This record gives sequence, C-alpha cells and structure tokens, in this order.
Amino acid sequence: MAANRSFEIGTGLFIVLGFAALVFLATQTTNLAGYRVGESYALKARFTNIGQLKERAPVKLAGVTIGSVRSITLDGAVLDAVVTLDVDRRFAELPDDSSLSIYTSGLLGDQYVAIKPGGSPEFLGDGDEFMLTESSVQLEELIGKYLVGGEGGNRDQGTSGNE
Amino acid sequence: MSLFGDLTASLMDFIRRLGAMGLFLGRILAAIPVSLRRFRLHVRQLWFIGAMSLTIIMVSGLFVGLVLGLQYYTALSQFGASGALGTLTALSLYRELSPVVAALLFSGRAGTAITAEIGLMRSTQQIEAMEMMAVDPIRYVVAPRFLAATLAMPLLCVVFSALAIMGAHWSAVLWLGLDNGIYWSSMVGSVDFASDLLAGVFKALVFGVLIALIAVFQGFTAQPTGEGVAYATTRTVIHSAIAVLAFDFILTAFLM
Repeated sequence: MAANRSFEIGTGLFIVLGFAALVFLATQTTNLAGYRVGESYALKARFTNIGQLKERAPVKLAGVTIGSVRSITLDGAVLDAVVTLDVDRRFAELPDDSSLSIYTSGLLGDQYVAIKPGGSPEFLGDGDEFMLTESSVQLEELIGKYLVGGEGGNRDQGTSGNE
Repeated sequence: MSLFGDLTASLMDFIRRLGAMGLFLGRILAAIPVSLRRFRLHVRQLWFIGAMSLTIIMVSGLFVGLVLGLQYYTALSQFGASGALGTLTALSLYRELSPVVAALLFSGRAGTAITAEIGLMRSTQQIEAMEMMAVDPIRYVVAPRFLAATLAMPLLCVVFSALAIMGAHWSAVLWLGLDNGIYWSSMVGSVDFASDLLAGVFKALVFGVLIALIAVFQGFTAQPTGEGVAYATTRTVIHSAIAVLAFDFILTAFLM
C-alpha cells in the first residue's frame, strides 16, 4: 500500500514537472512573455519606413531593453508608420527631445528601436510623441546608391566640393 | 520474376501487418474507457513509462542544449549574428529536435520495456491464462501501457526542451559570453507560443501514439520464445525510429 502511494506521488510530481516546464518555456521564451500589463507607459513615434520592425520588438536605451513595440499602424492621411512603444515605468524620465532610430541587432538579427536621450529638462509623458525619428536603413537602398554612384547622398558631397 | 514475387509478398505482408495494427489500435481505444476504472494500473504505468524515463530525457536534453549553444555560437559569430542564437536554439528545439530526439530516446527506454514485458507475458503464457479466466488482456495489460506512453511523450518533450534551453544558456551565455538579455529577448521576439511550442508538443503526442502502438503491438504479437521476444524488441526500436522520422516529415510538411 505504501509502495502504491509513492508511485502515485511520483507520477503526480512527473505530471507537475511537465506542466511546470511548459509554463517556464511559455513565459520565458515565447511571445507570451511580452504581455506584462501595467507598469509601463505608451509613447508614439512616426517613421517614414520601419523596415522589418515587428510588434513586441525591444526598445533599447544605451543598449539596455526598457520596453517593447506595442503596435504598428499606418496613418492613412500622412502615410507615415505610427509606432506605439510600451516603456517601463522605471524609465519615466526621458527628455522630450530624445530621438528614435530603428537598428538591426547584428547583421541578420531582429530589428529594434533605439532611443538616443536628448538634453531637455522636460520629460515625455504617457501618450507623447517623439519629434525626432530616424527610419530604418534599407540595405537595398544603400546598395542602390553605391551602384548608381553619383546619385543620392554622394551627389551632394560632389557638388558642394566643386563649387 | 522471383524478385518481383518476393517484393509483392513482402509488400503484402507489410500491408497485412499495418492492417492488423490498425485493428489492434481500435481494440485498445475501445478498451480504454473500461480500463480507466482500474485507475491504479494507469498511474503505475505512467510512473514506470513516464517518470522513470525522466533521467535519460533530462540528461540528454541538457547535453543537446550545451552542444547547440556551442555550435550555433561558433557558426553565428562568423556573421556577427550571435544575437540570433536564442531564436535559433528555441525554434530548432521546439519545432524539431525536442519531439524527435525525445521520441527516439523514449522508444529505446520505454518502448523496448513495454514490448519485452508483454512479450514475456506472452511467452510465459500469462496472456493465455488471463484469456482463460475471461480477463481481457487488452483491457488490463495493453491499454494502460498504451495510454501512459501516449501521455508521457508530450510531457517528456517539454522537459527535454526546458533542460536544453538551460543547457544552451549555460554554454552560450555563461561560458562563451553571449549577453544574457539578448539570449532571452531574441526568443521572446520571434518564438510563437501556439505555432512553435504547442505545435512541437502536438508532434510529440503523435510520436507517443506511434511508439506506444508499435511497442504494445510487437509485444502482443511476439513469438512466444526467448528469441521471438528479442526480435520483437529489436523491431520496436527500428519501427518506432522509422515511423517517428517519417511522421515528423509529414507533420512538418502539413502543419508547420
């Protein structure tokens, strides 16, 4: 009888362990981990091109993740991408002249939003919009510019040098 | 001409065994509701088949994770993309490695034990004795083992994944110096709960059914001799491995 009881406890522990492992993986390594309600505030930014930025992409300041991308929508009137960021409440003192850029982690990595803090004494509040944004760098555009040589960024330099 | 005849004969034999297995599955499924009344039998089998397989699954998972961390780090850092290590590790584990490797280990650890046990019961005429006493062996011998193996497989697959994720963390983050935050956040950014993690668990469930069916079928139909049981045990491992890998391809092609 006692042996039976220990089988049952062991089997129960086995099942609990299995489900605990599932919960651990789900909350630590999948998109379910992104759902942290409260404790964050929303900031908006407009980009002319967001590249491959996806929802739940990290928002970083000085390389440290301080939030995530909540939603990406298209403003039909201005034809800009409107990106809403969830930033952790602990980092509530972002200067209101901070600028945003979309970068890629590594050569093939995911894209993320980087905040470059400004120097203004005023801070961004919930729902505020970033004034300065820098769009994602499109590799194809860069290659195009190099291939066609004189066009794009290079031309400006060339003409200013001649005059 | 005789080669063609041999081929036809072995093909017919294969189809006959497949049909016998299908009918056997029907008998097991029909017996499960009644057999659940003897719940203790099921708990005991889940202990022997599932919980006792934990050691090999956990140790193997840890080492698979350690190796993945090392290999991916070496390969990815050549492209400056070591930030994608977490994504790659988690996706390859959840979608492919955990279900398949855990299933192959499980067929070796538990499938053989089931076949050998039922085969031995057959060769020592315990099965016949049960039938003589009008006790249905499918109900009290086969069904509990089938159900336990089917349920144990997804649980073992998840435990395997968890240990492998920790193993990869160990080698890539603690040893090779990948950033801890990047390791976890790259997974969170691109691993989907339903279409990656749960799809892998579903694969494991299918593999569990396959291994369980093959193991109990081989044991139940084993020749009642020592040699016959040995052959049946060998066939369990071979057939499970082929079935798991073939179904892995089919499931991946159609589901993922």
